[in-house]
Amino acid sequence: MKNLTKLAYKLRMDVVDMIVNGKGGHIGGDMSVMDVLVTLYFKEMNVTPENFETKDHDHFIMSKGHSVEALYAVLAEKGFFPRETVLKEFSQFGSKFIGHPNNKLPGIEMNSGALGHGLPVAVGMAIAEHMNKSENRVYVVMGDGELAEGSVWEGAMSAANYRLDNLCAVIDRNRLQISGSTEDVMALDDLHRKFESFGWHVIDVNDGNDIEKLIAAFDEARVVKGKPTLLIANTVKGKGSPVMENKASWHHHVPSAEEYAQIMKDLKAQAEED
Amino acid sequence: MANIANKQMICEVLMNAAKTDKDIVVLCSDSRGSASATPFANAFPEQFVEVGIAEQDLVGIAAGMARVGKRTFPMSPACFIAARSYEQCKVDVAYSHTNVKLIGISGGVSYGALGMSHHSAQDIACMSSIPGMRVYLPSDCNQTKKLMEVLVKDNEPAYIRVGRNAVDPVYSEDDVPFVMDKATFVTKGTDVAIIACGEMVLYAKQAAELLKKDGISATVLDMYCIKPFDKESVIEACKNVKAVISVEEHSPIGGLGSMVAQVVSENCPKKCVTMALPDAPVITGSSKEVFAYYKLTGDGIAAKAKELLHG
Repeated sequence: MKNLTKLAYKLRMDVVDMIVNGKGGHIGGDMSVMDVLVTLYFKEMNVTPENFETKDHDHFIMSKGHSVEALYAVLAEKGFFPRETVLKEFSQFGSKFIGHPNNKLPGIEMNSGALGHGLPVAVGMAIAEHMNKSENRVYVVMGDGELAEGSVWEGAMSAANYRLDNLCAVIDRNRLQISGSTEDVMALDDLHRKFESFGWHVIDVNDGNDIEKLIAAFDEARVVKGKPTLLIANTVKGKGSPVMENKASWHHHVPSAEEYAQIMKDLKAQAEED
Repeated sequence: MANIANKQMICEVLMNAAKTDKDIVVLCSDSRGSASATPFANAFPEQFVEVGIAEQDLVGIAAGMARVGKRTFPMSPACFIAARSYEQCKVDVAYSHTNVKLIGISGGVSYGALGMSHHSAQDIACMSSIPGMRVYLPSDCNQTKKLMEVLVKDNEPAYIRVGRNAVDPVYSEDDVPFVMDKATFVTKGTDVAIIACGEMVLYAKQAAELLKKDGISATVLDMYCIKPFDKESVIEACKNVKAVISVEEHSPIGGLGSMVAQVVSENCPKKCVTMALPDAPVITGSSKEVFAYYKLTGDGIAAKAKELLHG
Protein backbone atom coordinates (compact mmCIF):
# COMPACT_ATOMS: atom_id res chain seq x y z
CA MET A 1 0.00 0.00 0.00
CA LYS A 2 2.92 2.26 0.72
CA ASN A 3 3.89 2.19 -2.93
CA LEU A 4 0.41 3.28 -3.97
CA THR A 5 0.44 6.05 -1.38
CA LYS A 6 3.75 7.27 -2.73
CA LEU A 7 2.44 7.00 -6.26
CA ALA A 8 -0.52 9.19 -5.29
CA TYR A 9 1.86 11.90 -4.09
CA LYS A 10 3.95 11.60 -7.24
CA LEU A 11 0.83 11.98 -9.38
CA ARG A 12 -0.20 15.01 -7.32
CA MET A 13 3.07 16.59 -8.47
CA ASP A 14 2.02 15.94 -12.07
CA VAL A 15 -1.32 17.62 -11.34
CA VAL A 16 0.39 20.71 -9.96
CA ASP A 17 2.63 20.92 -13.02
CA MET A 18 -0.38 20.49 -15.29
CA ILE A 19 -2.27 23.30 -13.57
CA VAL A 20 0.65 25.71 -13.44
CA ASN A 21 1.52 25.06 -17.07
CA GLY A 22 -2.11 25.20 -18.19
CA LYS A 23 -2.80 28.26 -16.02
CA GLY A 24 -5.97 26.75 -14.62
CA GLY A 25 -7.58 23.71 -13.04
CA HIS A 26 -9.31 22.53 -9.89
CA ILE A 27 -6.41 21.78 -7.63
CA GLY A 28 -8.19 21.32 -4.28
CA GLY A 29 -10.47 18.51 -5.43
CA ASP A 30 -7.67 16.91 -7.47
CA MET A 31 -5.64 16.54 -4.32
CA SER A 32 -8.50 15.19 -2.20
CA VAL A 33 -9.62 12.58 -4.73
CA MET A 34 -6.22 11.32 -5.81
CA ASP A 35 -6.02 8.39 -3.38
CA VAL A 36 -9.48 7.19 -4.44
CA LEU A 37 -8.43 7.26 -8.11
CA VAL A 38 -5.11 5.53 -7.47
CA THR A 39 -6.88 2.79 -5.48
CA LEU A 40 -9.48 2.33 -8.22
CA TYR A 41 -7.06 2.22 -11.15
CA PHE A 42 -4.17 0.35 -9.53
CA LYS A 43 -5.99 -2.04 -7.21
CA GLU A 44 -9.74 -2.23 -7.57
CA MET A 45 -10.82 -1.91 -11.18
CA ASN A 46 -10.29 -4.29 -14.06
CA VAL A 47 -9.39 -1.74 -16.71
CA THR A 48 -6.31 -1.41 -18.88
CA PRO A 49 -5.53 0.34 -22.16
CA GLU A 50 -5.86 -3.08 -23.81
CA ASN A 51 -9.19 -4.26 -22.40
CA PHE A 52 -10.69 -0.76 -22.61
CA GLU A 53 -11.19 -1.41 -26.32
CA THR A 54 -13.20 -4.57 -25.56
CA LYS A 55 -16.46 -5.18 -23.70
CA ASP A 56 -14.62 -6.87 -20.85
CA HIS A 57 -13.67 -4.16 -18.40
CA ASP A 58 -15.01 -2.27 -15.43
CA HIS A 59 -16.52 1.16 -16.01
CA PHE A 60 -15.59 4.46 -14.44
CA ILE A 61 -17.41 7.79 -14.46
CA MET A 62 -15.76 10.91 -13.09
CA SER A 63 -18.92 12.75 -12.12
CA LYS A 64 -16.93 15.52 -10.45
CA GLY A 65 -15.46 16.22 -13.86
CA HIS A 66 -13.60 19.33 -12.77
CA SER A 67 -11.05 17.06 -11.05
CA VAL A 68 -9.96 15.93 -14.49
CA GLU A 69 -6.31 16.81 -13.86
CA ALA A 70 -6.11 14.04 -11.25
CA LEU A 71 -7.77 11.63 -13.68
CA TYR A 72 -5.35 12.62 -16.47
CA ALA A 73 -2.36 11.98 -14.19
CA VAL A 74 -3.72 8.54 -13.25
CA LEU A 75 -4.66 7.57 -16.83
CA ALA A 76 -1.21 8.61 -18.07
CA GLU A 77 0.44 6.51 -15.35
CA LYS A 78 -1.82 3.64 -16.39
CA GLY A 79 -0.55 3.95 -19.95
CA PHE A 80 -3.59 5.39 -21.73
CA PHE A 81 -1.60 8.32 -23.12
CA PRO A 82 1.90 9.73 -22.60
CA ARG A 83 2.46 11.68 -19.39
CA GLU A 84 4.63 14.22 -21.22
CA THR A 85 1.82 14.97 -23.66
CA VAL A 86 -0.77 15.79 -21.06
CA LEU A 87 1.69 17.82 -18.98
CA LYS A 88 2.59 19.86 -22.04
CA GLU A 89 -0.83 20.19 -23.67
CA PHE A 90 -3.36 20.44 -20.83
CA SER A 91 -5.62 23.47 -21.42
CA GLN A 92 -3.48 24.75 -24.28
CA PHE A 93 -5.06 26.13 -27.46
CA GLY A 94 -6.49 23.31 -29.58
CA SER A 95 -5.61 20.63 -27.01
CA LYS A 96 -7.54 17.40 -26.60
CA PHE A 97 -6.81 17.63 -22.89
CA ILE A 98 -9.59 20.03 -21.91
CA GLY A 99 -10.68 20.97 -18.42
CA HIS A 100 -13.29 18.21 -18.08
CA PRO A 101 -13.31 14.52 -19.08
CA ASN A 102 -13.92 13.90 -22.77
CA ASN A 103 -14.40 10.49 -24.32
CA LYS A 104 -12.44 11.36 -27.43
CA LEU A 105 -9.47 10.52 -25.20
CA PRO A 106 -8.55 6.90 -24.50
CA GLY A 107 -9.60 5.67 -21.07
CA ILE A 108 -12.57 8.02 -20.70
CA GLU A 109 -16.05 6.62 -21.28
CA MET A 110 -18.35 9.58 -20.83
CA ASN A 111 -18.03 13.33 -21.03
CA SER A 112 -18.76 15.01 -17.74
CA GLY A 113 -18.43 18.42 -16.21
CA ALA A 114 -22.07 19.33 -15.65
CA LEU A 115 -22.53 18.12 -12.08
CA GLY A 116 -25.14 15.57 -11.08
CA HIS A 117 -24.93 13.56 -14.31
CA GLY A 118 -22.58 10.77 -13.29
CA LEU A 119 -24.78 8.69 -11.03
CA PRO A 120 -27.71 8.26 -13.48
CA VAL A 121 -25.23 7.39 -16.25
CA ALA A 122 -23.53 4.85 -13.97
CA VAL A 123 -26.95 3.41 -13.11
CA GLY A 124 -27.59 2.94 -16.84
CA MET A 125 -24.27 1.17 -17.27
CA ALA A 126 -24.97 -1.08 -14.28
CA ILE A 127 -28.48 -1.96 -15.53
CA ALA A 128 -27.02 -2.81 -18.95
CA GLU A 129 -24.27 -4.97 -17.44
CA HIS A 130 -26.89 -6.79 -15.33
CA MET A 131 -28.91 -7.38 -18.51
CA ASN A 132 -25.76 -8.74 -20.15
CA LYS A 133 -25.15 -10.99 -17.11
CA SER A 134 -21.62 -9.59 -17.12
CA GLU A 135 -19.19 -9.49 -14.21
CA ASN A 136 -18.11 -5.95 -15.08
CA ARG A 137 -18.54 -3.48 -12.25
CA VAL A 138 -19.38 0.21 -12.46
CA TYR A 139 -17.71 2.93 -10.38
CA VAL A 140 -18.63 6.59 -10.13
CA VAL A 141 -16.90 9.33 -8.15
CA MET A 142 -18.96 12.34 -7.09
CA GLY A 143 -18.03 15.50 -5.26
CA ASP A 144 -19.88 16.40 -2.11
CA GLY A 145 -21.02 19.84 -3.29
CA GLU A 146 -22.47 18.05 -6.33
CA LEU A 147 -24.98 16.27 -4.11
CA ALA A 148 -27.21 19.35 -4.11
CA GLU A 149 -28.15 18.42 -7.68
CA GLY A 150 -31.54 16.71 -7.71
CA SER A 151 -30.52 14.30 -10.46
CA VAL A 152 -28.12 12.63 -7.99
CA TRP A 153 -31.10 11.57 -5.90
CA GLU A 154 -33.05 10.39 -8.92
CA GLY A 155 -30.06 8.17 -9.69
CA ALA A 156 -29.78 7.05 -6.06
CA MET A 157 -33.43 5.98 -6.06
CA SER A 158 -33.17 4.04 -9.31
CA ALA A 159 -29.91 2.29 -8.28
CA ALA A 160 -31.65 0.84 -5.23
CA ASN A 161 -34.84 0.10 -7.16
CA TYR A 162 -32.85 -2.00 -9.64
CA ARG A 163 -30.79 -3.63 -6.85
CA LEU A 164 -27.55 -2.70 -8.60
CA ASP A 165 -24.94 -4.55 -6.58
CA ASN A 166 -22.51 -4.10 -9.47
CA LEU A 167 -22.51 -0.35 -8.81
CA CYS A 168 -20.18 1.35 -6.35
CA ALA A 169 -20.34 5.10 -5.87
CA VAL A 170 -17.74 7.16 -4.04
CA ILE A 171 -18.27 10.59 -2.55
CA ASP A 172 -15.12 12.67 -2.25
CA ARG A 173 -16.26 14.14 1.06
CA ASN A 174 -13.79 16.99 1.47
CA ARG A 175 -16.48 19.20 3.02
CA LEU A 176 -15.57 22.28 0.94
CA GLN A 177 -17.02 23.73 -2.22
CA ILE A 178 -16.27 26.91 -4.12
CA SER A 179 -18.22 29.19 -1.78
CA GLY A 180 -17.08 27.59 1.47
CA SER A 181 -18.12 24.75 3.75
CA THR A 182 -20.64 22.35 2.24
CA GLU A 183 -22.60 22.54 5.45
CA ASP A 184 -22.88 26.33 5.15
CA VAL A 185 -23.69 26.37 1.44
CA MET A 186 -26.27 23.56 1.48
CA ALA A 187 -26.13 21.20 4.42
CA LEU A 188 -25.53 17.58 3.38
CA ASP A 189 -25.18 15.67 6.64
CA ASP A 190 -26.20 13.07 7.59
CA LEU A 191 -25.13 11.61 4.25
CA HIS A 192 -24.82 8.10 5.62
CA ARG A 193 -28.43 8.00 6.77
CA LYS A 194 -29.67 9.75 3.65
CA PHE A 195 -28.22 7.14 1.30
CA GLU A 196 -29.06 4.30 3.64
CA SER A 197 -32.69 5.41 3.65
CA PHE A 198 -32.56 5.37 -0.15
CA GLY A 199 -31.69 1.66 0.05
CA TRP A 200 -27.92 1.76 -0.30
CA HIS A 201 -25.22 -0.07 1.60
CA VAL A 202 -23.11 2.79 2.97
CA ILE A 203 -19.50 2.58 4.12
CA ASP A 204 -17.86 5.46 5.96
CA VAL A 205 -14.17 5.63 5.15
CA ASN A 206 -12.97 7.77 8.02
CA ASP A 207 -9.77 8.66 6.18
CA GLY A 208 -10.47 8.74 2.46
CA ASN A 209 -6.84 9.56 1.77
CA ASP A 210 -5.74 6.27 3.35
CA ILE A 211 -5.36 3.73 0.56
CA GLU A 212 -5.44 0.75 2.89
CA LYS A 213 -8.82 1.85 4.23
CA LEU A 214 -10.12 2.48 0.72
CA ILE A 215 -9.11 -1.01 -0.38
CA ALA A 216 -10.91 -2.53 2.60
CA ALA A 217 -14.04 -0.53 1.74
CA PHE A 218 -13.99 -1.58 -1.92
CA ASP A 219 -13.52 -5.20 -0.79
CA GLU A 220 -16.61 -4.89 1.40
CA ALA A 221 -18.58 -3.34 -1.48
CA ARG A 222 -17.77 -6.31 -3.72
CA VAL A 223 -19.52 -8.81 -1.48
CA VAL A 224 -22.68 -6.76 -0.92
CA LYS A 225 -25.58 -8.37 -2.78
CA GLY A 226 -28.89 -6.93 -3.90
CA LYS A 227 -28.09 -3.26 -3.37
CA PRO A 228 -25.64 -0.60 -4.53
CA THR A 229 -22.80 0.52 -2.28
CA LEU A 230 -21.66 4.02 -1.42
CA LEU A 231 -18.26 4.88 0.01
CA ILE A 232 -18.22 8.18 1.85
CA ALA A 233 -14.53 8.93 1.55
CA ASN A 234 -13.76 11.59 4.16
CA THR A 235 -10.89 13.39 2.49
CA VAL A 236 -8.91 16.60 2.87
CA LYS A 237 -9.31 19.20 0.15
CA GLY A 238 -5.88 20.22 -1.08
CA LYS A 239 -4.34 17.10 0.53
CA GLY A 240 -0.56 17.01 0.35
CA SER A 241 0.63 20.43 1.45
CA PRO A 242 -0.38 22.79 4.28
CA VAL A 243 -0.26 25.59 1.69
CA MET A 244 -3.54 24.39 0.21
CA GLU A 245 -5.11 21.93 2.67
CA ASN A 246 -8.68 22.68 3.83
CA LYS A 247 -8.84 26.04 2.10
CA ALA A 248 -11.93 26.74 -0.01
CA SER A 249 -10.00 29.42 -1.89
CA TRP A 250 -7.84 26.62 -3.35
CA HIS A 251 -10.84 25.14 -5.19
CA HIS A 252 -9.36 26.41 -8.45
CA HIS A 253 -6.41 28.50 -7.40
CA VAL A 254 -3.31 28.43 -9.58
CA PRO A 255 -0.19 28.36 -7.38
CA SER A 256 2.22 31.31 -7.50
CA ALA A 257 5.91 30.57 -8.04
CA GLU A 258 6.49 30.67 -4.29
CA GLU A 259 3.50 28.46 -3.52
CA TYR A 260 4.54 26.08 -6.27
CA ALA A 261 7.98 25.63 -4.76
CA GLN A 262 6.62 24.87 -1.30
CA ILE A 263 3.86 22.52 -2.55
CA MET A 264 6.25 20.54 -4.72
CA LYS A 265 8.71 20.27 -1.83
CA ASP A 266 5.96 18.93 0.44
CA LEU A 267 4.64 16.48 -2.16
CA LYS A 268 8.08 15.26 -3.11
CA ALA A 269 8.95 14.53 0.51
CA GLN A 270 5.86 12.32 0.81
CA ALA A 271 6.37 10.70 -2.59
CA GLU A 272 9.86 9.67 -1.55
CA GLU A 273 9.21 8.84 2.09
CA ASP A 274 10.64 5.53 3.21
CA MET B 1 -53.10 -1.04 -41.88
CA ALA B 2 -55.44 1.30 -40.08
CA ASN B 3 -54.29 4.84 -39.51
CA ILE B 4 -52.54 5.04 -36.15
CA ALA B 5 -50.78 7.68 -34.08
CA ASN B 6 -47.12 8.21 -34.92
CA LYS B 7 -46.11 7.20 -31.38
CA GLN B 8 -47.97 3.92 -31.80
CA MET B 9 -46.12 3.31 -35.05
CA ILE B 10 -42.83 3.94 -33.24
CA CYS B 11 -43.77 1.24 -30.74
CA GLU B 12 -44.66 -1.19 -33.53
CA VAL B 13 -41.34 -0.68 -35.29
CA LEU B 14 -39.48 -1.10 -32.00
CA MET B 15 -41.37 -4.30 -31.19
CA ASN B 16 -40.57 -5.69 -34.56
CA ALA B 17 -36.88 -4.81 -34.23
CA ALA B 18 -36.63 -6.03 -30.63
CA LYS B 19 -37.53 -9.57 -31.68
CA THR B 20 -34.13 -9.99 -33.26
CA ASP B 21 -32.07 -7.20 -31.69
CA LYS B 22 -31.80 -7.88 -27.96
CA ASP B 23 -29.85 -4.67 -27.44
CA ILE B 24 -32.91 -2.52 -28.15
CA VAL B 25 -34.18 -1.05 -24.89
CA VAL B 26 -37.19 1.22 -24.34
CA LEU B 27 -37.19 3.43 -21.26
CA CYS B 28 -40.16 5.34 -19.86
CA SER B 29 -40.70 7.89 -17.09
CA ASP B 30 -44.11 6.65 -15.93
CA SER B 31 -45.04 7.39 -19.53
CA ARG B 32 -45.54 3.94 -21.03
CA GLY B 33 -49.27 4.48 -21.46
CA SER B 34 -49.03 7.92 -23.00
CA ALA B 35 -46.14 6.74 -25.19
CA SER B 36 -48.15 3.75 -26.46
CA ALA B 37 -45.27 1.66 -25.13
CA THR B 38 -47.30 -0.66 -22.92
CA PRO B 39 -47.38 -3.41 -25.59
CA PHE B 40 -43.59 -3.21 -25.80
CA ALA B 41 -43.22 -3.33 -22.00
CA ASN B 42 -45.49 -6.37 -21.84
CA ALA B 43 -43.90 -8.22 -24.75
CA PHE B 44 -40.26 -7.43 -23.89
CA PRO B 45 -40.02 -6.93 -20.12
CA GLU B 46 -36.30 -7.72 -20.25
CA GLN B 47 -35.78 -4.88 -22.72
CA PHE B 48 -37.86 -2.30 -20.90
CA VAL B 49 -36.72 0.04 -18.12
CA GLU B 50 -39.08 2.11 -15.99
CA VAL B 51 -37.44 5.03 -14.20
CA GLY B 52 -40.46 6.73 -12.67
CA ILE B 53 -41.19 10.42 -13.03
CA ALA B 54 -37.57 11.47 -13.39
CA GLU B 55 -36.65 12.69 -16.85
CA GLN B 56 -33.04 13.61 -16.02
CA ASP B 57 -32.53 10.09 -14.73
CA LEU B 58 -34.35 8.72 -17.80
CA VAL B 59 -31.90 10.28 -20.24
CA GLY B 60 -28.81 9.72 -18.08
CA ILE B 61 -29.65 6.03 -17.68
CA ALA B 62 -30.39 5.70 -21.40
CA ALA B 63 -26.98 7.23 -22.18
CA GLY B 64 -25.15 4.96 -19.73
CA MET B 65 -26.84 1.89 -21.18
CA ALA B 66 -25.98 3.01 -24.69
CA ARG B 67 -22.34 3.42 -23.74
CA VAL B 68 -22.34 -0.26 -22.77
CA GLY B 69 -23.75 -1.28 -26.15
CA LYS B 70 -27.52 -0.93 -25.88
CA ARG B 71 -29.68 0.91 -28.43
CA THR B 72 -31.85 2.98 -26.16
CA PHE B 73 -35.18 4.68 -26.83
CA PRO B 74 -36.30 6.83 -23.90
CA MET B 75 -39.92 7.81 -24.52
CA SER B 76 -41.41 10.70 -22.59
CA PRO B 77 -43.61 13.72 -23.32
CA ALA B 78 -41.71 16.12 -25.56
CA CYS B 79 -42.31 18.97 -23.13
CA PHE B 80 -40.34 17.13 -20.44
CA ILE B 81 -37.68 15.17 -22.32
CA ALA B 82 -36.64 18.22 -24.33
CA ALA B 83 -36.69 20.64 -21.42
CA ARG B 84 -36.30 18.96 -18.01
CA SER B 85 -33.53 16.70 -19.27
CA TYR B 86 -32.06 19.14 -21.78
CA GLU B 87 -28.61 19.11 -20.18
CA GLN B 88 -28.56 15.30 -20.19
CA CYS B 89 -29.53 15.39 -23.89
CA LYS B 90 -26.69 17.82 -24.52
CA VAL B 91 -23.91 16.29 -22.40
CA ASP B 92 -24.76 12.60 -21.89
CA VAL B 93 -26.25 11.98 -25.34
CA ALA B 94 -24.95 14.39 -27.98
CA TYR B 95 -21.61 15.45 -26.50
CA SER B 96 -20.78 11.97 -25.25
CA HIS B 97 -22.03 10.59 -28.56
CA THR B 98 -24.16 7.78 -27.15
CA ASN B 99 -26.62 5.83 -29.27
CA VAL B 100 -29.77 7.25 -27.73
CA LYS B 101 -32.92 8.03 -29.68
CA LEU B 102 -34.90 10.52 -27.65
CA ILE B 103 -38.58 10.09 -28.42
CA GLY B 104 -40.63 13.18 -27.58
CA ILE B 105 -44.27 12.12 -27.57
CA SER B 106 -47.36 14.31 -27.55
CA GLY B 107 -45.27 17.17 -28.91
CA GLY B 108 -46.23 20.72 -29.79
CA VAL B 109 -49.70 21.54 -28.47
CA SER B 110 -50.91 17.92 -28.48
CA TYR B 111 -51.93 18.26 -24.86
CA GLY B 112 -54.21 21.17 -25.83
CA ALA B 113 -56.02 22.57 -22.83
CA LEU B 114 -53.42 21.29 -20.36
CA GLY B 115 -51.51 24.51 -20.97
CA MET B 116 -48.00 25.75 -21.54
CA SER B 117 -46.36 23.41 -18.99
CA HIS B 118 -47.36 20.53 -21.27
CA HIS B 119 -46.66 22.17 -24.61
CA SER B 120 -43.32 21.76 -26.36
CA ALA B 121 -43.01 24.78 -28.60
CA GLN B 122 -39.27 25.21 -28.04
CA ASP B 123 -37.93 21.73 -28.75
CA ILE B 124 -36.93 22.27 -32.39
CA ALA B 125 -34.89 25.31 -31.40
CA CYS B 126 -33.21 23.82 -28.36
CA MET B 127 -32.52 20.35 -29.76
CA SER B 128 -31.34 21.57 -33.17
CA SER B 129 -28.77 23.87 -31.61
CA ILE B 130 -26.96 21.00 -29.88
CA PRO B 131 -23.93 19.87 -31.94
CA GLY B 132 -24.31 16.23 -32.94
CA MET B 133 -28.05 15.99 -32.28
CA ARG B 134 -30.27 15.03 -35.20
CA VAL B 135 -33.88 16.23 -35.12
CA TYR B 136 -36.84 14.64 -36.89
CA LEU B 137 -40.54 15.55 -37.02
CA PRO B 138 -42.29 12.95 -39.16
CA SER B 139 -45.59 13.97 -40.71
CA ASP B 140 -47.66 10.78 -40.63
CA CYS B 141 -47.51 7.19 -39.43
CA ASN B 142 -46.31 5.85 -42.78
CA GLN B 143 -43.33 8.19 -42.85
CA THR B 144 -42.73 7.51 -39.15
CA LYS B 145 -42.39 3.82 -39.99
CA LYS B 146 -39.79 4.51 -42.69
CA LEU B 147 -37.86 6.85 -40.43
CA MET B 148 -37.87 4.50 -37.44
CA GLU B 149 -36.77 1.55 -39.54
CA VAL B 150 -33.58 3.52 -40.23
CA LEU B 151 -33.16 4.81 -36.69
CA VAL B 152 -33.42 1.37 -35.03
CA LYS B 153 -30.34 0.35 -36.96
CA ASP B 154 -28.06 3.37 -36.89
CA ASN B 155 -25.70 4.41 -34.11
CA GLU B 156 -26.08 8.17 -33.83
CA PRO B 157 -28.04 10.28 -31.32
CA ALA B 158 -31.36 11.73 -32.44
CA TYR B 159 -34.47 13.49 -31.15
CA ILE B 160 -37.79 12.50 -32.69
CA ARG B 161 -40.92 14.52 -31.97
CA VAL B 162 -44.37 13.14 -32.67
CA GLY B 163 -47.90 14.19 -31.76
CA ARG B 164 -50.43 12.55 -29.52
CA ASN B 165 -53.29 11.57 -31.80
CA ALA B 166 -53.64 9.72 -35.06
CA VAL B 167 -53.58 12.16 -37.95
CA ASP B 168 -54.81 11.73 -41.50
CA PRO B 169 -52.00 10.34 -43.60
CA VAL B 170 -50.01 12.50 -46.00
CA TYR B 171 -48.77 9.43 -47.84
CA SER B 172 -50.51 6.19 -48.71
CA GLU B 173 -49.17 3.14 -46.96
CA ASP B 174 -47.90 1.50 -50.13
CA ASP B 175 -46.32 4.63 -51.58
CA VAL B 176 -44.14 6.53 -49.11
CA PRO B 177 -41.36 8.42 -50.86
CA PHE B 178 -38.56 8.43 -48.30
CA VAL B 179 -34.86 9.06 -48.43
CA MET B 180 -33.13 9.41 -45.07
CA ASP B 181 -32.18 13.03 -44.35
CA LYS B 182 -33.68 14.27 -47.63
CA ALA B 183 -36.86 16.32 -47.42
CA THR B 184 -39.82 14.96 -49.38
CA PHE B 185 -41.49 16.93 -52.18
CA VAL B 186 -45.21 16.31 -51.66
CA THR B 187 -46.08 18.52 -54.64
CA LYS B 188 -44.02 20.62 -57.01
CA GLY B 189 -45.24 24.02 -58.15
CA THR B 190 -44.08 27.34 -59.50
CA ASP B 191 -45.80 30.13 -57.57
CA VAL B 192 -45.25 29.52 -53.87
CA ALA B 193 -43.24 27.10 -51.73
CA ILE B 194 -44.82 25.83 -48.54
CA ILE B 195 -42.29 24.15 -46.27
CA ALA B 196 -43.70 22.30 -43.29
CA CYS B 197 -42.81 19.71 -40.70
CA GLY B 198 -44.67 17.26 -38.47
CA GLU B 199 -48.45 17.46 -38.44
CA MET B 200 -48.37 20.73 -40.40
CA VAL B 201 -47.41 18.89 -43.59
CA LEU B 202 -50.96 17.62 -43.97
CA TYR B 203 -52.32 21.17 -43.78
CA ALA B 204 -49.70 22.37 -46.25
CA LYS B 205 -50.84 19.64 -48.64
CA GLN B 206 -54.47 20.68 -48.17
CA ALA B 207 -53.49 24.31 -48.82
CA ALA B 208 -51.83 23.32 -52.08
CA GLU B 209 -55.03 21.57 -53.18
CA LEU B 210 -57.09 24.67 -52.35
CA LEU B 211 -54.65 26.94 -54.16
CA LYS B 212 -54.73 24.73 -57.22
CA LYS B 213 -58.45 25.41 -57.57
CA ASP B 214 -57.58 29.10 -57.73
CA GLY B 215 -54.93 28.53 -60.35
CA ILE B 216 -51.99 28.87 -57.96
CA SER B 217 -49.26 26.29 -58.22
CA ALA B 218 -47.60 25.39 -54.91
CA THR B 219 -44.62 23.32 -53.93
CA VAL B 220 -45.07 21.46 -50.65
CA LEU B 221 -41.87 20.29 -49.00
CA ASP B 222 -42.10 17.87 -46.07
CA MET B 223 -39.14 18.93 -43.93
CA TYR B 224 -39.29 15.94 -41.58
CA CYS B 225 -35.50 16.14 -41.27
CA ILE B 226 -34.98 19.35 -39.35
CA LYS B 227 -31.39 18.42 -38.64
CA PRO B 228 -29.38 17.62 -40.66
CA PHE B 229 -31.26 20.35 -42.51
CA ASP B 230 -31.67 19.49 -46.17
CA LYS B 231 -30.60 22.85 -47.60
CA GLU B 232 -30.47 21.59 -51.17
CA SER B 233 -34.14 20.70 -51.20
CA VAL B 234 -35.08 24.03 -49.62
CA ILE B 235 -33.13 25.87 -52.31
CA GLU B 236 -34.67 23.71 -55.02
CA ALA B 237 -38.15 24.37 -53.62
CA CYS B 238 -37.64 28.10 -53.26
CA LYS B 239 -35.40 29.27 -56.09
CA ASN B 240 -38.08 29.67 -58.76
CA VAL B 241 -41.16 30.61 -56.73
CA LYS B 242 -42.35 34.09 -55.83
CA ALA B 243 -42.77 33.57 -52.07
CA VAL B 244 -42.01 31.10 -49.33
CA ILE B 245 -44.16 30.05 -46.38
CA SER B 246 -42.92 27.86 -43.55
CA VAL B 247 -45.40 26.15 -41.24
CA GLU B 248 -44.61 24.59 -37.88
CA GLU B 249 -46.17 23.60 -34.57
CA HIS B 250 -43.50 25.50 -32.68
CA SER B 251 -42.50 28.92 -31.44
CA PRO B 252 -41.74 31.38 -34.25
CA ILE B 253 -38.27 31.74 -32.74
CA GLY B 254 -35.49 29.36 -33.71
CA GLY B 255 -37.60 26.75 -35.46
CA LEU B 256 -38.24 25.70 -39.04
CA GLY B 257 -39.08 29.27 -40.12
CA SER B 258 -35.76 30.59 -38.87
CA MET B 259 -33.89 27.80 -40.65
CA VAL B 260 -35.76 28.28 -43.93
CA ALA B 261 -35.25 32.05 -43.82
CA GLN B 262 -31.53 31.56 -43.23
CA VAL B 263 -31.13 29.30 -46.24
CA VAL B 264 -33.38 31.33 -48.55
CA SER B 265 -31.79 34.66 -47.65
CA GLU B 266 -28.32 33.27 -48.32
CA ASN B 267 -29.14 31.45 -51.53
CA CYS B 268 -32.22 32.79 -53.29
CA PRO B 269 -33.46 35.85 -51.39
CA LYS B 270 -37.22 36.52 -51.47
CA LYS B 271 -40.14 37.07 -49.15
CA CYS B 272 -40.37 34.38 -46.44
CA VAL B 273 -43.24 34.17 -43.98
CA THR B 274 -43.17 32.03 -40.84
CA MET B 275 -46.48 30.51 -39.79
CA ALA B 276 -46.12 29.17 -36.25
CA LEU B 277 -47.55 29.24 -32.76
CA PRO B 278 -47.22 32.61 -31.03
CA ASP B 279 -44.36 33.51 -28.71
CA ALA B 280 -46.84 33.32 -25.85
CA PRO B 281 -48.92 30.76 -23.97
CA VAL B 282 -51.42 29.55 -26.56
CA ILE B 283 -55.18 29.94 -26.31
CA THR B 284 -56.96 27.17 -24.42
CA GLY B 285 -58.38 24.44 -26.61
CA SER B 286 -57.79 21.12 -28.29
CA SER B 287 -54.85 21.03 -30.67
CA LYS B 288 -57.21 21.32 -33.65
CA GLU B 289 -58.90 24.33 -32.09
CA VAL B 290 -55.52 25.88 -31.37
CA PHE B 291 -54.35 25.29 -34.96
CA ALA B 292 -57.55 26.85 -36.32
CA TYR B 293 -57.24 29.89 -34.06
CA TYR B 294 -53.70 30.59 -35.27
CA LYS B 295 -54.62 29.79 -38.90
CA LEU B 296 -52.37 26.73 -39.00
CA THR B 297 -54.82 24.99 -41.34
CA GLY B 298 -55.21 24.32 -45.04
CA ASP B 299 -57.44 27.39 -45.33
CA GLY B 300 -55.15 29.55 -43.26
CA ILE B 301 -52.04 28.63 -45.22
CA ALA B 302 -53.82 29.08 -48.57
CA ALA B 303 -55.07 32.51 -47.51
CA LYS B 304 -51.55 33.52 -46.51
CA ALA B 305 -50.22 32.34 -49.88
CA LYS B 306 -52.80 34.38 -51.77
CA GLU B 307 -52.05 37.43 -49.65
CA LEU B 308 -48.36 37.08 -50.45
CA LEU B 309 -48.88 36.53 -54.16
CA HIS B 310 -51.62 39.07 -54.77
CA GLY B 311 -50.97 41.54 -51.98
